[in-house]
Amino acid sequence: MATPAAAVEIKEPTPRRRPQRVLPGFGLTLGYTMVYLSLLVLIPLSAVFIRSLGLGWGHFWDVVTAPRVIASLRLSFGASLIAALINVIFGLLVAWVLVRYSFPFKRLVDAMVDLPFALPTAVAGIALTALYAPNGWLGIWLKPFGISVAFTPLGIIVALTFIGLPFVVRTLQPVLEDLDREVEQAAATLGASALQAFARVILPALWPALLTGFALAFARAVGEYGSVIFIAGNMPMKSEIAPLLIVTKLEQYDYAGATAIAVVMLVLSFALMFGINALQNWALSRHGGR
Amino acid sequence: MAAAEARIDGRRAAPGRLLLIAAALLFLGLFLVLPLLAVFVQALAKGAGAYAAAISDPMAWAAVKLTLTVAAIAVPFNLVFGVSAAWAIAKFDFRGKNTLITLIDLPFAVSPVIAGLIFILLFGSHGWFGGYVRAHHIRVVFAVPGIVLATIFVTFPFIARELIPVMQTQGKDDEETALSLGATGWQTFWRVTLPNIRWGLMYGVLLCNARAMGEFGAVSVVSGHVRGLTNTMPLHVEILYNEYNYTAAFAVASLLALLALLTLVGKSFLEWRQPELRHAARQVHDRTRREKT
Repeated sequence: MATPAAAVEIKEPTPRRRPQRVLPGFGLTLGYTMVYLSLLVLIPLSAVFIRSLGLGWGHFWDVVTAPRVIASLRLSFGASLIAALINVIFGLLVAWVLVRYSFPFKRLVDAMVDLPFALPTAVAGIALTALYAPNGWLGIWLKPFGISVAFTPLGIIVALTFIGLPFVVRTLQPVLEDLDREVEQAAATLGASALQAFARVILPALWPALLTGFALAFARAVGEYGSVIFIAGNMPMKSEIAPLLIVTKLEQYDYAGATAIAVVMLVLSFALMFGINALQNWALSRHGGR
Repeated sequence: MAAAEARIDGRRAAPGRLLLIAAALLFLGLFLVLPLLAVFVQALAKGAGAYAAAISDPMAWAAVKLTLTVAAIAVPFNLVFGVSAAWAIAKFDFRGKNTLITLIDLPFAVSPVIAGLIFILLFGSHGWFGGYVRAHHIRVVFAVPGIVLATIFVTFPFIARELIPVMQTQGKDDEETALSLGATGWQTFWRVTLPNIRWGLMYGVLLCNARAMGEFGAVSVVSGHVRGLTNTMPLHVEILYNEYNYTAAFAVASLLALLALLTLVGKSFLEWRQPELRHAARQVHDRTRREKT
């Protein structure tokens, strides 16, 4: 060291107090958390990225721009987008009704909203397929109109809507509960119609929560596999989602191809989450408060 | 309070309110209740005898056993991690806390299929540790250890993210009092902290367990589908379904649906005991947001 010890002592006449930690176990718990997180999440996840580097850019590009891969990514992200939008609309409706109105069996209905969280995705998949198959309870009513849901991209949207619904409802509920009703009443006394009050007063306050719910539902839908593969029909180029294509490549021992698609999915999902997070922070700062 | 609300709502256009309630219930009925109902109706379509036969099939039992085993390993692992992470994050201040919370949530943003893929890349025959596990005659991929690893990955954040806000709201006054009265660190944890967080802990375990038992995509990728050996219940449902054995598929599925219903009942009970649990995830969100600004 170039600085003599004496100089350091002069520079700091009163030793700066480190924040005192009364509770024990900081080192142990943080250490364990970091080790466990690294071993089970960070290192395994980095394997995908490092393995894809081994492919070489040319090979990587060939894999991910293959028409079948592009079609599956477009389907996965497109269907997820539509499903998340449906969830925003109906999730808002459900959250609104659950927070603002009282009706019989409300508690039961409220508890049921979490069903897609609790029901294994494979069970949801075969149940939805049974409902929307041409001879199913719902499919039989749609057939005369020429609408087939099962084994088409429409079925994928139905499954992804099922999966994503609780995210939007559960994000909106607490925000709706905290919403100051005096502002609405003020709007009403000033002559605003219910619809005007909703559009001008309530909706602006809900934007950040709506975005969060949308992002969570979307992110979950993009990666979803179990509920989709039963109802999708899984036709390459038509109704084959990206996660299924990864599985298909793995079954053909095409690890390079599977890894390349996985990297594209991860990068797109992470980028989207970051973008929406930034957008949300912007909306939060604009509307101040929550 | 409720009466006042009713009065305020009553002044509004009642038909509009009824219409909204009807629309919401219709949507939930179509999207949630009907699928659930379909599972049980299809399972019992050929009578109680066929149902009983499907459930008592040895392969179905092997699947039930494996599912219970995997959950019995994966959930405690994530429980210890969750308590440890929540203790560090809720009771202490350190740099990079928000980053750590984000990293803990990371598995939620990863497709289950990719969660399975990463363990094949690590332990498969061409994987980083593939040579090592083969040399030591350990089977990870296409065997139970791989299923456990994939399950731990997909259920990783559940318990931590429920416990962090619970511990944050409780602060550290109780613990500091216990320590100043002469309790050791472990005594403080077992006698003070644990009783304080018990409902949150059960809540996290419940949700973690539901996902662990129901996980399909990640487990499907690493399992290799060896019937009777590496088939969990959700995988067994898929096999039966693909064999057009619908009654048996829905019979096993009905067990999983019952598990889901039990989970919802338990969840409602815990939320009734401790209403703050309902919005636990949001508290973390708000808190980190506040700390950022």
